Amino acid sequence: MISVSGVRKRYGGAVALDGMTFDVRAGQVTGFVGPNGAGKSTTMRVILGLDAADSGEALVEGKRYRELTDPMRHLGSLLDAGALQPSRTARNHLLWLAHSQGLGARRVDEVLEQTGLGGVARRRAGGFSLGMRQRLGIAAALLGDPPALMLDEPFNGMDPEGIIWMRGFLRSLAGQGRAVLVSSHLMGELQGTADHVIVIGRGRVIADATVAELLRSASGGRITVRTQAPEAPEILAAAGAAVVPTGDGGLSIAGLPAEAIAGVLQRHHVAFSELAAHRATLEDAYLELTRDAVDYRAEDPR
Amino acid sequence: MSILHAEWTKFRSVRGWVLGLAAAAGLILLFGLAPGMSGSCGKHGPASACTPTIGPGGEQVKDRFTFVHQPLAGDGSVSVRVTSLTGSIFDGPGAERPGLAPWAKAGLMIKSGLTPGSAYASVLLTGSHGVRMQWDYTHDKAGPSGFGPQWLRLSRTGEIVTTASSTDGVTWTEIGATRLAGLPATTEVGLFVTAPEYTSEMHQGLLNGSQGGPTQATGAFEQLTTGDGWTGAAWHTDWIGGRPDWTELPDPQQQGAGFRVAGSGDVGPAGAGVSVTQTLVGTFTGLIAVVVLGAVAMSTEYRRGLIRTTFAAAPRRLRVLAAKAAVIGGATFGIGVVASAIVVVFGQRILRANGVALLQSSATTQVRIVAGTGALLAVSAVLALGLGALLKRSVTAVTVAIVVIVLPYLLAVIVLPVEAARRLLTFTPAAAFALQQAVKQYPQVDDVYAPSAGYFPLAPWAGLAVLIGWTVVILGAAALLLRRRDV
Repeated sequence: MISVSGVRKRYGGAVALDGMTFDVRAGQVTGFVGPNGAGKSTTMRVILGLDAADSGEALVEGKRYRELTDPMRHLGSLLDAGALQPSRTARNHLLWLAHSQGLGARRVDEVLEQTGLGGVARRRAGGFSLGMRQRLGIAAALLGDPPALMLDEPFNGMDPEGIIWMRGFLRSLAGQGRAVLVSSHLMGELQGTADHVIVIGRGRVIADATVAELLRSASGGRITVRTQAPEAPEILAAAGAAVVPTGDGGLSIAGLPAEAIAGVLQRHHVAFSELAAHRATLEDAYLELTRDAVDYRAEDPR
Repeated sequence: MSILHAEWTKFRSVRGWVLGLAAAAGLILLFGLAPGMSGSCGKHGPASACTPTIGPGGEQVKDRFTFVHQPLAGDGSVSVRVTSLTGSIFDGPGAERPGLAPWAKAGLMIKSGLTPGSAYASVLLTGSHGVRMQWDYTHDKAGPSGFGPQWLRLSRTGEIVTTASSTDGVTWTEIGATRLAGLPATTEVGLFVTAPEYTSEMHQGLLNGSQGGPTQATGAFEQLTTGDGWTGAAWHTDWIGGRPDWTELPDPQQQGAGFRVAGSGDVGPAGAGVSVTQTLVGTFTGLIAVVVLGAVAMSTEYRRGLIRTTFAAAPRRLRVLAAKAAVIGGATFGIGVVASAIVVVFGQRILRANGVALLQSSATTQVRIVAGTGALLAVSAVLALGLGALLKRSVTAVTVAIVVIVLPYLLAVIVLPVEAARRLLTFTPAAAFALQQAVKQYPQVDDVYAPSAGYFPLAPWAGLAVLIGWTVVILGAAALLLRRRDV
């Protein structure tokens, strides 16, 4: 649906995008994650033709965005929920957008209901909270009933209830077969929402994988065993495992599946109190991946 | 089409903008319909009514002079030597001083009748513009240059009148010939003398105005000779347009074949005066409103990043700019035409009811003034829109727009002397105010043609062309940047 290949972009001397390449597929929520300044918003602006790429290209349904007629019928986008004329009502904001795509007022009322803004449609958008503006931005992105959506930090400023709503909403959009690209600087927001994650840093893709793959790579198949027996590391090493003591009476073991570890320990009559697969979070995976790609990291105080 | 629809929706859904547009119309109406002027016409009974004199071309003219004449049946000619032209200037009751208005006139005239405004042709010596041929009020042609006494000759053949002059009465130089359509078989031919009011600019502090007063001239004629089949009868005098009441003009004195004739008044186009343009004095206030509107309608897009939403919806940026210009231009043109039509129709009635002698202007001229006021507002608003696109910041765009578009006009009508004002109004966008000029300006009338009185240096469409030129340049630069710039 959305295809970005080899996009480079520099602003003055600063490199913003450095060969950005990825695809966004239909029917799934794709998380677009990276630290601040990694190039998420720039990539989206390039996709929308707002910023011109120095090289490379971004295509929507195989065409450049600028070449699409009624582009919002192909790709709905939300870049900045604050980009509003404050004195215009929510409904009128959507109405001019609808008119720009050859759509009418009925479609406006539909998306207002869909995003839960029906009750405040005739209020001035300038008085909206950030969460309500995000909903208004989503409504605008939905106007053209597009097969692809692209949302920049839609969780920003939302209350917990709104976040839950947003997650469900994004899932249902993907469930309808749409391609949904959602950026965030917090990987945690995407856990349970995204099917696929593109992690970027310093203007290029660091990881492009399904959530399951990403978790697997982060946990590295490690298993934690808790035991008081001093001979345990030796026994396990002899069985072919790589053993690292965790310091609190625990051993982190790699190279042997959990059943084999249990069997070896029982054969040698070693008592153990816990045997658990190490569960990585998406956040762990993300931190590990972006360790070298963060531009602005707080200095370690030590 | 859908972009135009979207931009229209955008415009009408911001209440402040709609109110701004209404305010522009309201200001023009307020200035145009508030009785800001009054006069004495018709205020003191029917005799005080100011009935304009209309020339053969339908235009308003002046026709007041001393005429020593006799009828001429059919073709014929007459010649005379003007030996001197002297005069006096009236500065106030009892304050007369010697002096001659530059366009004081003494010479020969053939006129279709004695009614003011009737067709004529003349050859004459002026106070300081040499020998001229003038006919039917608006036409003026210079004769040979030279000073001192002049021989003048005027001949009629059918509808053709030919004039000539000579310094010695032997060698004649033809000045010109003209056809006076419908000239009757018998015309009135003879000597005429008149002298127009003088006017001069006046500056008091920062304010400008003009002052003036009547003048009179006395011409001395010798060797008045008729010829070419015309045998003269007795000469007699008429005060065409009425005998001046401001001074005791002596009767013409005949000395053999010579005359001394005194006159005061003018034969020619109506000079500077109050016209329908006066009803549109509030245009600049409406202009301020629409210029702010034009600049802000574009610059607010940049203020909160709305421009990205706009270009994501309509990636063809130049079409967006064109649609915006069409919406702002169309809306301001509409209110400009409505407001100025009301003001032109009712404002003139109010001025006349207040006793102001309004210079007459034709229906075509009034339609041009109404449409022109709409165009002035609309193109200015689009120019401001271009500045908004170029400068992005509302405060900067509004300031620059007002300084470039409105300020030159205000300087020209309030502060600057006439010459400087006229120069300023030839190249700044405010040149388009020329669209509001109601009455033509003639070089052969010595008046203060000040922008504040509704006289502009350029022709109406030339003035509009200057404004359009500015708009094309600014909008073009904005379009170029818009295409290239990341937003």
